[in-house]
Amino acid sequence: MSIRSRVARFAAACIAAGSITGMTAAHAADTIKVGVLHSLSGTMAISETTLKDTVLMMIEEQNKKGGLLGKKLEAVVVDPASNWPLFAEKARELLSVHDVDVVFGCWTSVSRKSVLPVFEELNGLLFYPVQYEGEESSRNVFYTGAAPNQQAIPAVDYLMNEVGVKRWVLAGTDYVYPRTTNKILEAYLKSKGVKDADIMINYTPFGHSDWQGIVSDIKKFGSAGKKTAVVSTINGDANVPFYKELGNQKISAEDIPVVAFSVGEEELSGIDTAPLVGHLAAWNYFQSVDVPVNSEFIESWKTFIKNPDRVTNDPMEATVIGFNLWAQAVEKTKTTDVDAVIDALPGLETPNMTGGTAKMLPNHHLTKPVLIGEIRDDGQVDVVWQTESEVPGDAWTDFLPESAVLEADWVDLKCGNYNTKTKKCSGQNY
Amino acid sequence: MRQLLEGMSAKVSRLLMLLIMLFVGVATYQPLHASTDYEDVIEAEESLVDTALPADQTEEFSNALAQLASASFSKKEDLTSELVAKRFPGSRGVLVALLENQLYADKSSGKVLILSEQDGEKTYHDAISGELIADGGSDKKRITTNNSLRKKLRGDIAIFDLHSEDRNVRLGAVQQLRDVVDQSVATMLMKQQSIEKDDDVIEEIRVTLAIFDLGSEDSEARLAAVEALDGELGNDVFNQISALLHSEEDKEVIKAAQATIKRIEGKRDFYSLLETAFFGLSFGSVLVLAAIGLAITFGVMGVINMAHGELIMLGAYTTFVMQQLLPDHIGLSIILSIPAAFLVSGLVGIGIERGVVRFLYGRPLETLLATFGVSLILQQLVRTIFSPLNRSVQTPEMMSGLLRFNEVFAVTYNRLYILIFTFIVFAGLWLILNKTSLGLKVRAVSQNRQMARAMGVRTARVDALTFGLGSGVAGIAGVALSQLTNVGPNLGQAYIIDSFMVVVFGGVGNLWGTLVGGMTLGVATKFLEPHVGAVVAKIIMLVFIILFIQRRKQGLFPQKGRAASGA
Repeated sequence: MSIRSRVARFAAACIAAGSITGMTAAHAADTIKVGVLHSLSGTMAISETTLKDTVLMMIEEQNKKGGLLGKKLEAVVVDPASNWPLFAEKARELLSVHDVDVVFGCWTSVSRKSVLPVFEELNGLLFYPVQYEGEESSRNVFYTGAAPNQQAIPAVDYLMNEVGVKRWVLAGTDYVYPRTTNKILEAYLKSKGVKDADIMINYTPFGHSDWQGIVSDIKKFGSAGKKTAVVSTINGDANVPFYKELGNQKISAEDIPVVAFSVGEEELSGIDTAPLVGHLAAWNYFQSVDVPVNSEFIESWKTFIKNPDRVTNDPMEATVIGFNLWAQAVEKTKTTDVDAVIDALPGLETPNMTGGTAKMLPNHHLTKPVLIGEIRDDGQVDVVWQTESEVPGDAWTDFLPESAVLEADWVDLKCGNYNTKTKKCSGQNY
Repeated sequence: MRQLLEGMSAKVSRLLMLLIMLFVGVATYQPLHASTDYEDVIEAEESLVDTALPADQTEEFSNALAQLASASFSKKEDLTSELVAKRFPGSRGVLVALLENQLYADKSSGKVLILSEQDGEKTYHDAISGELIADGGSDKKRITTNNSLRKKLRGDIAIFDLHSEDRNVRLGAVQQLRDVVDQSVATMLMKQQSIEKDDDVIEEIRVTLAIFDLGSEDSEARLAAVEALDGELGNDVFNQISALLHSEEDKEVIKAAQATIKRIEGKRDFYSLLETAFFGLSFGSVLVLAAIGLAITFGVMGVINMAHGELIMLGAYTTFVMQQLLPDHIGLSIILSIPAAFLVSGLVGIGIERGVVRFLYGRPLETLLATFGVSLILQQLVRTIFSPLNRSVQTPEMMSGLLRFNEVFAVTYNRLYILIFTFIVFAGLWLILNKTSLGLKVRAVSQNRQMARAMGVRTARVDALTFGLGSGVAGIAGVALSQLTNVGPNLGQAYIIDSFMVVVFGGVGNLWGTLVGGMTLGVATKFLEPHVGAVVAKIIMLVFIILFIQRRKQGLFPQKGRAASGA
């Protein structure tokens, strides 16, 4: 196995190195360089390739408008190949070899954790576009995806208040995002008076495909006479066999709804949606939201990618918002200098794609609306509930005692984890 | 020699045909209980829409419908209750259309329309008058539903369906009403019970009424209800009786209820054991299916083929392509995929053997690296051709759903078919290896290459065919896996480790070892899983295999003879 993974890394590095040299050779120095750090091969390629294309689309559009500060934007694309240590290497390469002014990248939390020390050491600027578990705020990172209070908590609220759910299954893939999210959710549910016996927590390995036993357990757990729901932080590929098994064991969304935090339009486009109809997804954006700004976005994406069947999704929206905010900050400060841009970003606003406004907060998170949708048979999602206004992202959750006292504020406090009890910044940057 | 080989391949193809026929036989078997098909009912209902309504009722009906278009979900629930209570002739049609996502509101005229689709052509009918509305580009908005509304709609429609001509529809209706039974529904059921002719429906009504009676004021009635439910296993019965125990004061009822609960629990434990065993066998069958091709290439030939997983993946993609070619015959396409996947993966396998592996016999480390390279190439090839996204392979109707033995024990059809399929593939392979001349040569070459060559066996050709056979079987496994998991470029990687694990555990070079090994691992994993979780269960199994291999280096079924001693 170790030989296998080493070989994989070497091969991936070769491919990636080849692509970079090809890409950057011919360009002059007088451009603004935008780094793109998304996996183009390996497990995560499925999700991340789309985000690479989104950044390329934004760059193309910006260049059509004349670029920024009179300079053209130039993309520097690297491929970290779904390999977490390689993410750090590639980040270092982007910052020190290619000298990029900003990086858009990462999907999984483990890849973000891997590049974080590099960005802080070399003072880079990273826009991270995916919903994540929170418990982090770095000066060099802007989190344009949802924090738990912008996705998981409202989804649970919806189930509790609107659907009347009394019993909870927290099912997740065994890694940092589901573990932390479920820890927060468990604490939150208990604070709402849910008993231990009414919470079932289950973890499965990456790419788990034999769900018979677990689904049968969920079925038994859910047939105790109380309304039951599954909160799923199951990641990527494992979702398909999971939903298939639910369908086969005749568990319908009307009996035991499953609310998923990582199943979006893009993931739905690759699978047979029949067993998923009626199950829920919680995001901050859905393609089905019927507002002019969204129709425009969808149209320009389909034109750019030259495929009328491609869909848009939440992390794409987050990438677009991040890009627009960065462009705005550069124009405001008239420089691409990282420190100036970081200082200029908090407080900036840009329209989101659901008809509202995204505002960058001092804790480097955004304000976002929360939408709960039911999956349709065509792979799109019907919004069944949404928050009345945007919810500000909270880096440190209020539902874990050790995090409740922490606060992130890069404007006044200049600290990512200020302890409001001891009145001290822990000194650690993330 | 050529004749021999031809004769052999004829035998192989005959066996294959047999395999396919068996599968067709299994596949065309239809489950007994078909689910209620609302689409048919819409059509039956459409004639009803035409009947003229009194003017005031028409107005009431159209008022309710007009509100439906813009109401919130909870308001929609009230409106649908009104439709049920008032029993307009068109009520049921509207409710069914709403449930089926076929109810639209015309934005300009405010009319509510029912969509019906025939052969891909969409037509809209006015929900009140039933007249055809021309689809002239007007702006229509689908009236949306949510889970709780859909659940309520099923109950609402069941009230209408209780008087259906079709006994299956009536049966479905009573089952649906069980969740929502109240006094008015109970009265309705009693009425139906008195005129019902079908035994199954009568039985279903009896149980439903007994569940309702558990909540009765009269302790006699409650006792009678508990006794009437004796012999039922369902969750709702169990839950209702347990709930009754909490509030019950009458001693006799408590005694009867406790006895019933105890009996149900005993039965449940037994069936849950049975269920876990089935899950284990089914998981084991997937392991065996994935590993059995490897049992030939690695087990019999001794080639460490890291591209084995990718050959499985190619089989799965073949299924996808077949479905694209035959979009209207999902079931047929799966059956045709089996020989197609065998050919595709088999040919690629032969290609790998002729192009790479044959230069590296006797150098396991180089073979490992080279085939690993091949696996990366195949993955990237698939990514380039089919995109890195997962492809969607549909499950045919006959393979989805449950085979219900009773209310607490049911097995899923897809798993059952795959379990049977595994045994068929195993039997087929065993016959090929033991009863055909190819099998004889394969065994001869694997046991003593020089001697086999001296006897006139063309070892190079046998090598290629054996590798092709193992690879082809991997392709067949891919067809089965496409029904369970994602069809994507990484499909193979997920199974390669497990496959090697099974082959090594079962004993290299022994098909029986692979079967017993895979099944053992499957059952053990599934019995461990509920106690320690899926992650730890996997770790325990790996540790167990490591320890086992320490004690018995040859696996479960060690190969005897010259090959075993490394000659």
